[in-house]
Amino acid sequence: MKEYLRFLGRCFALSFIGDWRYRLWMLILTVIALVGLHSWSEQLVHGLITTGMTDQVSWGLYIANFTFLVGVAAAAAMMVIPVYIYHREELHDLVIFGELLAVAAIIMCLLFVTVDLGRPDRFMHILWRFNFPISMLAWDVIVLNVYLLLNLHICGYLIWCVYRKRKPSRVFFIPFVFIASVWAISIHTVTAFLYVGLGGRPFWNAAIIAPRFIASAFAAGPAIMILTLQVIRHYTRIKVLPGALAMLRRIVTVSLAINMFLLGSELFTEFYTQSAHVVSAKYLYFGLDGYSALVPWIWVSVFLDSLALLILFTPGARTVRWLNISCAMMIVGIWIEKGMGLIIPGFVPTPLGEIVEYKPTLNETLICLGIWAFGALIYTILVRVTVPVLTGRLTFDKDLPMDVADSPEPALIEKESLT
Amino acid sequence: MSSSEPKLDRRSFFRASLGAVGGLAALAAALEPLKDFDRSDLTLDQFLQKHYKEMSAEDMQKVLDRIEKEVEKRYDVRPEIKDVKPRDGVEFVYALNLGACIGCRRCVHACVAENNQSRDPEIQYIRVLEMPRGSIDIEEGNHHYERPKVPSPDHFYMPIQCQQCENPPCVKVCPVEATWQEPDGLTVIDYDWCIGCRYCEAACPYWARRFNFTEPSIPKDDLNPNMSYLSNRPRKQGVMEKCHFCLHRTREGRMPACLEVCPVGARKFGNIRDPESEVSKILKNKHVFVLKQEVGTHPRFFYYFDEDYGPAIHGEGR
Repeated sequence: MKEYLRFLGRCFALSFIGDWRYRLWMLILTVIALVGLHSWSEQLVHGLITTGMTDQVSWGLYIANFTFLVGVAAAAAMMVIPVYIYHREELHDLVIFGELLAVAAIIMCLLFVTVDLGRPDRFMHILWRFNFPISMLAWDVIVLNVYLLLNLHICGYLIWCVYRKRKPSRVFFIPFVFIASVWAISIHTVTAFLYVGLGGRPFWNAAIIAPRFIASAFAAGPAIMILTLQVIRHYTRIKVLPGALAMLRRIVTVSLAINMFLLGSELFTEFYTQSAHVVSAKYLYFGLDGYSALVPWIWVSVFLDSLALLILFTPGARTVRWLNISCAMMIVGIWIEKGMGLIIPGFVPTPLGEIVEYKPTLNETLICLGIWAFGALIYTILVRVTVPVLTGRLTFDKDLPMDVADSPEPALIEKESLT
Repeated sequence: MSSSEPKLDRRSFFRASLGAVGGLAALAAALEPLKDFDRSDLTLDQFLQKHYKEMSAEDMQKVLDRIEKEVEKRYDVRPEIKDVKPRDGVEFVYALNLGACIGCRRCVHACVAENNQSRDPEIQYIRVLEMPRGSIDIEEGNHHYERPKVPSPDHFYMPIQCQQCENPPCVKVCPVEATWQEPDGLTVIDYDWCIGCRYCEAACPYWARRFNFTEPSIPKDDLNPNMSYLSNRPRKQGVMEKCHFCLHRTREGRMPACLEVCPVGARKFGNIRDPESEVSKILKNKHVFVLKQEVGTHPRFFYYFDEDYGPAIHGEGR
């Protein structure tokens, strides 16, 4: 126990140690997070009137970001499946970075839900009267928190064992790894059901939303992992074998293709039938009665997703560089499509046919940026602490590595093409 | 076993302290807006208050006394707040004669006055749609009609408020059971239990729920002092509210405010379990319909056309 507290203390100390780039990065993130906290304080005092939300469009950026990040969290742990089922050992060490990402993403999700509440001071009411199993939001609270605990346990246990130079006992983590990977599907399905279960909102009340959520998450999540892993291998001694990137690339390609197919099916159903339910989709893609705030956004998203898929399918573009470009494009594309592109049209027009557009205010945008910065801060610290443990530079019997020489051997940085 | 940590020399100690002080100062600066927080809104009594259904009669009496004091302090009016219970053998139903309604919106404003809704920003429970003749598709309704005289000869009018569904989606989705259906069919909200997630607002197919996006404001002279816990007592920032068929009136045998003010008698209200009530007869004898039958909510709010279209009485269409 004492040793564990010492470990936490050393991790805390370690998160302050780094070269000037690391410090600058951390400083910027801290400043943005504090600006976000300031904006949230404003919102707590004056109410959600400081946001662009109205009775007509009663969810906005917060819930949009929440939805996107649940996907990221789900997909990050999904990398576990190939490792243990297909014994892809090259992914083994990398899984831990995926699960750390899941931890950071879930913390961000919980923050986004919290800032969306009108009365966060009453949050503990959920402990006294919990509408389970009827309310999908009650389900979501459970699955998200359990998922957070599962991932904390898996990462924490593995890192602790390496730190103590013990061999991890399989009983203590293999079952949890499997539970977590199945649970990953559940968090995203339940989050989709939040919307799908509402009969009064035809735009959401479609069975295809849940499969689409999973597909888009398994594109955006590993895409974020691909970018993160390259930062890690450029700045640390962790080795990322090309095979690992190739594996992730395959996952991303297939998921994005499925996502585009499901999107096409959805659009066909809406626009070919032209039933009364098409109005929200019309508003999203073409504008309705002169209201068209989302139209440019959704077409940017369609363009980015299609182009990313095209690049991934182009044989001449199988380089890390093109992979990075397509990953960045699909992350932005899916963020638009699954965030604003899913949440806002559900409210436009209202169930009584009124059209009120939603435009986020500066204050709520700052809160969102603050939460993203805070999430990035958490992830950076988690990675910062994990890397020296995994490379054996930080164990219980060694001094705290005060230098920043976790940098890789130069040979690894060279550009490789993916096979 | 373990080697000792590198010792802190004076310089690094100084830097660490400077960093800690700077960090705390930045944190304090970030939290600075909270100094304007209305502390009367965060007392221990409020924090520990139980859910409506878990309060004993004494608990409720204490809470009512406390809320009366809070209201008096704020509005300089001593209100009388009751906890009016549903009566046995009663199930309330509303029926609205679309052939008679002239779209004058008197019901909208009477409701605001009766139920102590915020005036700025104004919260209204009733939305009147101006519908083109030849359609009952509410998506074609005009929400914001402004006419010197109503009704317009080419239109009819459809007021929409909470439909008090038999199968209410809003109750289903609430994560903390802050909203529920009472034995007399009214869906109510415990304003002191709601966490303000607005899931119910997203779930309602009739856009009947409203959120207090900021602290409600009501001029002191306009406050209606006859209140009840589950209906028209003043609400706080960050909670939901909606039409409750004026339960503080109707459970004591009176009619809802929107019905009383209607100049053409388009609104009918009563107990469906009493076969002699006016609503029972209307449901038996008229061609009634409900809104959005396809969503399976089974509303207790019925519409019917009693006669041909035509102006009855003229009023202002504000």
